[in-house]
Amino acid sequence: MRRIRRKKNQRKRTIYLILLIGILLLLLVIAGRFLSPEQYGPDYNEKKLTPSIQHLFGTDYLGRDMFARTIKGLSNSILIGTLAAGFSACVALVLGILSATIGGLVDKIISYLVDLCMGIPHLVLLMLISFMMGRGLRGVIVGIALTHWPNLTRVIRGEVLQIKNMQYVKVAEKLGKSKIQIAFQHILPHVIPQFIIGLILLFPHAILHEAGVTFLGFGLSVDTPAIGIILSEALKHIATGMWWLVFFPGMMLVMVVMMFDQLGEHVRRLLDPSSARE
Amino acid sequence: MNKYVKYIVTTLLRMVLLLIGVSIVCFMLITSSPIDPVEAYVGSESNISQEQKDVIAEYWGLNNPPVQRYVTWVKNLLHGDMGISIAYQKPVTQILAQRFQTSAVLMITAWILSGIIGFLIGIVAGSHAGSVLDRVLKTFCFILSSTPAFWIGLLLLAVCSVQLGWFPVGFAVPVGKAASEVTVLDRIHHLILPALTLSITGISNIALHTRQKLIDVLHSDYVLFAKARGESAFQIIKRHGLRNIAIPALTLQFASFSELFGGSVLAEQVFSYPGLGNAATTAGLKGDVPLLLGVALFSVLFVFAGNFMANLLYGVLNPQIRKGEGQ
Amino acid sequence: MERKEILEVKNLSVSFQMYDKGLRQKELQVIRDLNITVHEGEILAIAGASGSGKSLLANAILGILPLHASVKGTMKYRGESLTLERQRKLRGKEIALVPQSVGYLDPLMKVGKQVVGVNGSKDRQREVFARYGLGKEVEQMYPFQLSGGMARRVLIATAMISNAKLLIADEPTPGLSTEMAKETMGHFRDLAKEGRGVILITHDIDLAFAYADRVAVFYAGTTVETAPASDFRKGPSALRHPYSKALWEALPQNGCKPIPGTQPYAGNLPSGCLFAPRCPYRTEACETTIPVRQIRGGEVCCNHAT
Repeated sequence: MRRIRRKKNQRKRTIYLILLIGILLLLLVIAGRFLSPEQYGPDYNEKKLTPSIQHLFGTDYLGRDMFARTIKGLSNSILIGTLAAGFSACVALVLGILSATIGGLVDKIISYLVDLCMGIPHLVLLMLISFMMGRGLRGVIVGIALTHWPNLTRVIRGEVLQIKNMQYVKVAEKLGKSKIQIAFQHILPHVIPQFIIGLILLFPHAILHEAGVTFLGFGLSVDTPAIGIILSEALKHIATGMWWLVFFPGMMLVMVVMMFDQLGEHVRRLLDPSSARE
Repeated sequence: MNKYVKYIVTTLLRMVLLLIGVSIVCFMLITSSPIDPVEAYVGSESNISQEQKDVIAEYWGLNNPPVQRYVTWVKNLLHGDMGISIAYQKPVTQILAQRFQTSAVLMITAWILSGIIGFLIGIVAGSHAGSVLDRVLKTFCFILSSTPAFWIGLLLLAVCSVQLGWFPVGFAVPVGKAASEVTVLDRIHHLILPALTLSITGISNIALHTRQKLIDVLHSDYVLFAKARGESAFQIIKRHGLRNIAIPALTLQFASFSELFGGSVLAEQVFSYPGLGNAATTAGLKGDVPLLLGVALFSVLFVFAGNFMANLLYGVLNPQIRKGEGQ
Repeated sequence: MERKEILEVKNLSVSFQMYDKGLRQKELQVIRDLNITVHEGEILAIAGASGSGKSLLANAILGILPLHASVKGTMKYRGESLTLERQRKLRGKEIALVPQSVGYLDPLMKVGKQVVGVNGSKDRQREVFARYGLGKEVEQMYPFQLSGGMARRVLIATAMISNAKLLIADEPTPGLSTEMAKETMGHFRDLAKEGRGVILITHDIDLAFAYADRVAVFYAGTTVETAPASDFRKGPSALRHPYSKALWEALPQNGCKPIPGTQPYAGNLPSGCLFAPRCPYRTEACETTIPVRQIRGGEVCCNHAT
């Protein structure tokens, strides 16, 4: 009896954790939306302050409050990540299912595209796409959205191939159902968990890449608070010894990334207990 | 035909096919940019007339259809001509060669470092699977994989260089020192922090992979039999563990060239290290089309070389492929 | 002539801690009240259907069961209790396992080095190879390159590199032609003649009847009858346990009569006689623990045996 209860508790705990992380992330996004430019803008009376109660993360050389800037930046990062990961995951879902159900030439072409995309170092590809879009925010979003599908496509393709070989799908085939029908009625519902997990686990990658490419100076303009830009500015002033400009924003970025990672892992535990890592 | 030779040839063919595709993609991406290379070349403040700009555009063949431009580019490429860099005013090939030498030292050091550290962590964690030590190492790896390496680089820079003054604040050699006076020690001194930063990118991946592989091996029938024959836990790891996880780990490490290159772009930016990655950033930001195209193609070749070596090594080390026929 | 006992296993039980449907922890008993004795110079066959836990017996004797297994009962090697510590010292030296297939060899280690192992020497390996007609070139081969017959001899060689007094052969013949099976059994017979004890774990009943000195019939994790192999060659009248008789009758050459019902699943064993649910002679007495009895020079675990 006790064991059953513990199992139930574990499931409950997983759900609570998912909710907790989800709410925290949501709060972060909302807080970022409601911050007004004055709150993260310059204040020349309060330049280069070390972290204190008034300025949790200190201020920079223009007197901007780093806490507000970090929150605003993370909020932007999460939104960009959502947009990009959502798009990439949908592309992966469609390509993965097409590749596995139709097979033949389509499968070959899609596999070739996957290899193609993976043949260019990810960051270089992001730089190229950003360059193609004439840099700016749009370049970053398009770049992140267009480059995160290959891995998930492979995962979904493999998953579908496995389902395809199961008995009931073979029976449906024998009954004369079309490939499209089978794909929608029998395969799609079973890939959805993998899709959701894959989608959430794309976030950390998307956010880290966004930070990297903006850090290099592609993408967002210098005044937009984004973690990448905050860190690249911190680099410019690194010799002044204002360590808090580097430490806190980066720390927060790591925490957000880990939260998404944990969110994905716990959703996996909920939807697909057998494949969760111990 | 020997199975191994056939394996290499098919791998190579597949890669050449991919390389052509990738070069087309790179070319398309860069040439369809709204950033005008002529504008980037002459600079926005200059008062060069529109006619003169047209002359430059005509000279570069910018008005030709894309396919023709691609063919011309490939033709020149095959003759070893990748154009002149706008930002550096030097042939792209020359910049690539020079920059790659600088980057190679950094990447190789980081690559070896991450491989060894990752492999060791993986073995320790895998052979103690389920223990507290294993859990600590696993958590460490998960944190590491969530951490952008360039941020670690910034922290190292802030702490070790600025606060403690142990290391220089950037560049590959001391600023203001003539090239002839730079010693090996100088170079190493400038290399340590960037290499450490870059190595962080790869550690977690190789460690977690090695750990899982070792656990699989330890649950295999042949390890059970080795136990039955009186081998101790240590002997089993030494005789069977290392042997069986080395191939996948090496393969993975070679296949990680893509992340290595991407990481080097960021690490070089942090430490103002004048390598290829730094050149890529400059080219992208300044609209230096020939150089950007050159670096992109080079990075692709680099990744392909890694993948090819991974395939090759897999063949060399795996007796099942190497010995061909067998059975 | 009374031969010396090498191994004596009494009331051996092996169980695993398992999660039943992921909810409840449960003890899964795979071996229960098992008794066997092996003498010098004899081949004892342990015969029974696949999936009855026979291989675990070998692991239990060698002390290489997984950590979540618990072992009860007594095991004695040469009269002395076989503790975990002693098992660790003896395995690979005095007690050797001959595994089922090349799958038990490290796929990336050359055969020669592998046969030498951690206790053998190069010279000894050459000697053993010569004995089994394995050429020098075999040393340099990888397991996947071995042909079926070669593989079999290599596997025996892994045991012979030591001077083991007790050999446990786990399913040594499946996949082999009759010729090769015969040759393999010949090897084991030679080893027994040199004074070793051989335990032959097999689901091939014919093989057990034909080549062993004694046969222990294994059913649902226990031995129901142990008797001279000659009794099994004679037929049901010479046998004691209803399962042994049924097994004999199920052989193709004896009419191929199937036994109704199936072997109970390890987690779902009946309380008394394990064979009772399928036994035509079943009575109420069969629902309690059945003592082991000596009848006509064999041991049997049945109330109705005569």
